[in-house]
Amino acid sequence: MPVSTTARGTPIWRLRTTRAQWLGYLAWLFGLCLFLLCWKVISDNTMWVFVEDAGRQGSDLIRRMMPPEWQFAQQLWKPMWDTLNIATLGTLLGIAMAFPVAFLAARNTTPHPLIRSLAMVIIVASRSINSLIWAMLLVTILGPGVLAGIIAIALRSIGFVGKLLYEAIEEIHPTPVEAISATGASRLQVMNYGVLPQVMPAFAGISIYRWDINIRESTVLGLVGAGGIGLQLNASINSLAWDQVSVIFVMIFATVLVSEWISARVRHAVI
Amino acid sequence: MNRQTLAAQGHWRRPAFIAKPWLRWALVLGAVAYLAVAIGTIEVNWARVAEGMTRGLNFVAAFAQPDFLSRRGDIIDGLLESLTMTLTSTVIGVALAIPVGLGAARNIAPWPIYLLCRSIITVSRTFQEIIIAILFVVMFGFGPLAGMITLAFATVGFMAKLLAEDIEDLDWRQVEAVRATGASWWQTMNHAVQPQVMPRLIGLSMYRLDINFRESAVIGIVGAGGIGATLNTSISRYEYDTSAAILLIIIAIVLLCEYGSSHVRRWTQ
Repeated sequence: MPVSTTARGTPIWRLRTTRAQWLGYLAWLFGLCLFLLCWKVISDNTMWVFVEDAGRQGSDLIRRMMPPEWQFAQQLWKPMWDTLNIATLGTLLGIAMAFPVAFLAARNTTPHPLIRSLAMVIIVASRSINSLIWAMLLVTILGPGVLAGIIAIALRSIGFVGKLLYEAIEEIHPTPVEAISATGASRLQVMNYGVLPQVMPAFAGISIYRWDINIRESTVLGLVGAGGIGLQLNASINSLAWDQVSVIFVMIFATVLVSEWISARVRHAVI
Repeated sequence: MNRQTLAAQGHWRRPAFIAKPWLRWALVLGAVAYLAVAIGTIEVNWARVAEGMTRGLNFVAAFAQPDFLSRRGDIIDGLLESLTMTLTSTVIGVALAIPVGLGAARNIAPWPIYLLCRSIITVSRTFQEIIIAILFVVMFGFGPLAGMITLAFATVGFMAKLLAEDIEDLDWRQVEAVRATGASWWQTMNHAVQPQVMPRLIGLSMYRLDINFRESAVIGIVGAGGIGATLNTSISRYEYDTSAAILLIIIAIVLLCEYGSSHVRRWTQ
């Protein structure tokens, strides 16, 4: 902390040096300019006429949504079941693929650094691309339907589960691994008895957490044709049946809350 | 025979992951029954899948030679829009998340404010960005403004929840010490709470910047601007070489963001 003295000889304490202070101001100024520049780009690409009546549009939307057409819920059970299946089967498929990838990507269990970087590429590619984009691609390849949704969710889950799991593997205690190796165990046996028991709770927690996120994501996959409740949502929006849309929103909200509660309970029990 | 007697005879078996046998078997049976029912209800049009396989191969081949150039203008416009949306929405979202996060921390907020802020967080976190984007596109018209508001709204839920959790676990002794000097509420926040949560807040903001960029690539599908619209068009026109180029650019930017944010986090902690 820099100290300067006044003319009368009393010390003045300051948090930063003058130079650091000015650099700080300059950084703020730069940030502000960047923000304003970005704002200008957005503002140029916006039709402000439409924004001016946003309030009217919003209240109109709410009026059309109310009251919700509750009978419509009868038709939603099958799409909801599909959504749950997309999320659950997709998660299962995803963790099945992520499990070996994580072991190949962890520094302490990988057979070779080259394989490690390959596994990292898989994880990064899967993580950077949203499940909706995967779904969009798979719908054009596999045709619309639940299968495209399941695979999209699975592909997106590889990166998430793989990343968290390989971090968990890297943080394991080395002593059990050494103890098992000292008995003359093979590589696979060391994995099975030394590494696996240590990461199992983390793995279960990560999987159930991803399942919870996947439920949320699978509700919208139907917007691009990948099955589930999103398909109904898209149909209702396209026919401007906003009273049906509000029923779908209520169902999504309830499902997500329940899945979040289940996931929190299970993670609490496991960890 | 249980594990102890087996172990006495020299047959060691490791303990099961779920200790209670009835719970273990019930879970296994439940899982098998669910899988049977779930797989039974999936309808797959195998003829369509077989037909699409060539297209799938085309797509994989497109990754080998992505085409960055023939739609260069559209890609640059989309990216610029995505990046500006990402930055502005993160700044606005974080700025709004701070008051909501303070209100949602049980140890410093009174009950009514706590409930209000928690419900804002729940609503914002439950709905996917894309659903919120649909509503905002209806309200604000097509374009990046709707996308920016969507992302800012989603950022508020995410940041406020984590900030509130952080404030709830802060070291209460520092707050008491500052309060004991006769500090007002603002001074307590500024000198006791803010220094404790700041490093994590900066780290989370960087992380959210990264998420917002990824999300900005999808909300374009429903008309909220950004690279997603370009990507959607290229996929539906089967121009897979352009889609591959866009996906590679997205991956590269996400990697850069991640690299940058890990540096910033190391620097703040």
